[in-house]
Amino acid sequence: MEEVKPQLIKITFDGIEVEVEPGTTIMQAARKIAEADDSQAGLVPPAMCYYKPLPASGGKCRACLVRVAQGSTKDPRPMPKFVPSCITQVQEGMVVENTTNPAVLDTRKSIVEFLLINHPLDCPICDQAGECHLQDFAFEHGSVKTRYEEERRTFEKIDIGPFIQLHMTRCILCYRCVYTADQITNKREHGVMGRGDASEISTYIEKAIDNDFSGNVIDVCPVGALTDKTYRFKNRVWFSKPEDAHCNCDKCSGKVIIWYRGDEVIRITARKNVWGEVNEFICNTCRFERKKTSDWTLEGPTKVKRSSVISANKYRSDLIKKTDFSLRLAATQFKPIDDERAYVTDTETIRHQSIENNDKANHRSLAQNNN
Amino acid sequence: MARKILTEYINVPGIETFDVYRKQGGYNAVEKALKTMTPEEVVEEAKKSGIRGRGGAGFPMGMKWGFLAKPEGVPRYLVCNADESEPGTFKDHHLMKCLPHLLIEGMIISSYALGAKKSFIYVRGELMYVIRILEKAIEEAKAKGFLGKNILGTGYDLELVVQPGGGAYICGEETALLESLEGKRGNPRNKPPFPAVKGLYQSPTVVNNVESIANMSWVINNGGEAYAAIGIGRSAGTKLISASGHIQKPGVYEIELGLSVEEFLNSDEYCGGIRKGHHLKALVAGGSSVPILPAHLIMKTANGEDRLMSYESLSDGGFATGTMLGSGGFIVFDETACIVRNTWNFSRFYHHESCGQCSPCREGTGWMEKVLHRIEHGHGSMHDIDLLVDIAKKIEGNTICPLGDAAAWPIASAVRHFRDEFMWHILHPQEASRPGAVYQGEMALV
Repeated sequence: MEEVKPQLIKITFDGIEVEVEPGTTIMQAARKIAEADDSQAGLVPPAMCYYKPLPASGGKCRACLVRVAQGSTKDPRPMPKFVPSCITQVQEGMVVENTTNPAVLDTRKSIVEFLLINHPLDCPICDQAGECHLQDFAFEHGSVKTRYEEERRTFEKIDIGPFIQLHMTRCILCYRCVYTADQITNKREHGVMGRGDASEISTYIEKAIDNDFSGNVIDVCPVGALTDKTYRFKNRVWFSKPEDAHCNCDKCSGKVIIWYRGDEVIRITARKNVWGEVNEFICNTCRFERKKTSDWTLEGPTKVKRSSVISANKYRSDLIKKTDFSLRLAATQFKPIDDERAYVTDTETIRHQSIENNDKANHRSLAQNNN
Repeated sequence: MARKILTEYINVPGIETFDVYRKQGGYNAVEKALKTMTPEEVVEEAKKSGIRGRGGAGFPMGMKWGFLAKPEGVPRYLVCNADESEPGTFKDHHLMKCLPHLLIEGMIISSYALGAKKSFIYVRGELMYVIRILEKAIEEAKAKGFLGKNILGTGYDLELVVQPGGGAYICGEETALLESLEGKRGNPRNKPPFPAVKGLYQSPTVVNNVESIANMSWVINNGGEAYAAIGIGRSAGTKLISASGHIQKPGVYEIELGLSVEEFLNSDEYCGGIRKGHHLKALVAGGSSVPILPAHLIMKTANGEDRLMSYESLSDGGFATGTMLGSGGFIVFDETACIVRNTWNFSRFYHHESCGQCSPCREGTGWMEKVLHRIEHGHGSMHDIDLLVDIAKKIEGNTICPLGDAAAWPIASAVRHFRDEFMWHILHPQEASRPGAVYQGEMALV
C-alpha cells in the first residue's frame, strides 16, 4: 500500500515561505527555515520556557511573541494580539511577522526587562555564564540600562539534595524543571509555591530530590538557578573542551558530553541539539558518578556552534558571521548625532569654553545650595 | 418601579427555603424545560434571548453554548463561576446568599440544555456561609426530586457539586478555575484549546457566571424573545449592579440595561446621589479592572449623547473617552478621594493576585505597584509617570490571561485622565504624603 503523506501547509514567516506539516507550531516552522539556511538563524524567536521534549511547556515567558498579520487563507484577518509562537499552530496561508515588525522587537525588549527585574546579574560568578539562555536573550534583544530602581527579591537557600544546588534568586519561573520532574520521572517532586513575584520553585517541605533522573533539571534550566554541585565554581565553560562519549548504561542511553579541563573530567551533561534542547535525557549515575575517562568510550570533539562562547577562544572572531537580524536590531537602536556645530580645533577657544562651562556649573550648584 | 427579573421576590421572607421559593413560582421553569422542551430548544431560547455573559467579558451566552463540542462517549460539564472577587463587585455573592434556589434552578436548566450529568458551582472559599446556604438548598431540591437521579420522572440525572475555591482572584478566570477545580494550582491555561472543546478533565465544558445562569429560569418561563425585548439594542435584559463608594445608598441594584448613568446615580430608587455637600470626581463603572472615568466624561458620551448603562454606550469612544460595563462594580468617588492613592490600592490588589506564570504580569504588576507607592509617598519623579504608562502598555495584551490587562487598564486610564494629580503628588511631596491630603484641581498645582 502506498503511504499517504499529510498535506503540507504553506506559511510565510518574515517574508520567507516554508512548507510544514499540519500541527506544527510557528516556532518549529521558523526553526525549519533556520535549519535549511544557516544564515537565517537570527529570525527564530527566542524561547525561555518552551522546551520541545517536554510536552505542555511553553507559552509562559512570552519571549517568543510574534505578530500574525494574516490568520489563514480562509480568514485573512490579522490576529488582534501578539501570539506565543511556541504553542500557536500554523494554518494554511498564515503570514507571521517576527524580526520584520518593530513592535514585536519592542515587546521582546520589554520582556527582557521584565525577566531581568528580579534576576541578579551575577554572571561573573554564575556557573551558567556562557551557556545561559537569558544571557543570550538579553544580549540580543535587551537594552543597556534598566529602569527598575526598587529592591529585588531574594530567597533563603534551600537544600534539595547532594547533587543539585537550587538558587531561587536566579530563577525566572519558566517551569521547565517542574515539567521535567513531572514527565520524565515517575514522582512529582517539586513545583511552584506562592503567587506572583513571590512564587518560587520548591520541593515538598525541605525534601531532597532523589530519583535517578533528577540531574536533568540542571540541563533544562535556562539560567543558573539549578546547578551541578559536583561542578560548581570549578571552571568557566569557555575554558573547557567538550567531547562526545558513550557508555553501556542499563538505565539510560548513555550518550553524553564529557567536559574536560586538561585531562580532568569536570562535568558530564546530556547532548543537546542546535536549539539547546536535550536529545536524550541521562541518568544520575552517568552524570555524577562516572567522572573518569576510563568509564567512557570517546567519540570525538563535540560540534559546537561557531557563535557559541565555547568556541570563542578557538576560532577567529571574524569567522563568526553576524546574523541579518542583529544588524537590523542595531540599526533600530542607532541614533545619528544631530550636531550642527562646527568642530573646534583651536586650543584657546577650547580653554575659554571650558572656563565658561565651569563657571556655569558653579553657579548652578550655588543656586541649588541656596534653595 | 423598574422591571425586576432576578430580584423580584428577594424581599419575600424565607425565600431561601425551597417551600417559599416554590410558592412564588420557583422551579416551574425546570418542569417546563425538562418535560416539554428538548435540550436543543433550551439552547435556542438562550440564543434568542441575546443574554450576554455577566461575568465581565459580555460574550453572548447562547453562542457560547453553541460552541460546545459534543463528541460521543465523553461527558460534558457545566461550571458555574461564583468566584467573584474583583474589588467593587459583590452582586453574585448577594444573589447566592438571598436566592440560592434561583441559581440552582438555572443550573438544572442549563445543565439539561448542555447535556451535562454533573455540574459544579465554584464558590470563592471566603464565602463559607454562602457555600453552606447553597448546600442546604441543594439538599432540599434533591429531597423534592429536582436533583439527583431521574429528575421529575423525565429520565434526566444531574448531580450538583459546590466546590469552595482557595481564595485566589485568578481562579475567576475560566481556565484557571478549571485547573483549580481539577485540584491543581490555579494557573490559566493557554488557549486554544478553549474549554468548549477541552475543559474540565479534558472534556467539553461551559463556564458561566452566576448571574447569567440565574437568568435562565425567567428566559424559559417567558421565552427568549421577551427577554430580548428588555434592555437596549444588543445589551438585552437586566443587570445587577453593585454600587459602592461615596453615594447615599450603596448596595446591589437590578437595573434594566439602557438606564442612563445619571438616573442610576442620582435617582432615589438606586444610588440616591453623591454624599451630601460633595460633588462627583470620578467613577469606575464595571469593577476595578476597567478604566476609570473623570466626572466630565461620565454623563455624556463622546458624541454628546446621554451615557447609558449598557455594554455599547459605556465603551463608546474606546478607552480614550469610555470604559466598560464589566462585571457591574459601580464605584463612585467624590472630591475627597485621592486618585493616586486609589490607583495604588488597586495596583496592590493586582500585584498580590497575579499568579506568576507569565513574565510580563508577574514582574510588571509588582513594578507598577512599587512606582505608585513611591509617587503616593512623596518619592516620585516626573519620569515615573511616563514609566507607569509604559509598563502598563507593555503588559497589556502580552499575557496569557486577561489579568494583565486588568492590572494595566486602571493605571493607564488614571494617568490619562488625572495626570495633573500625579504631578501634584510629585511636586508637593510633603503635602501629598500627608494622610487625607487630596489634590483639588488645577490651582493646587502652582
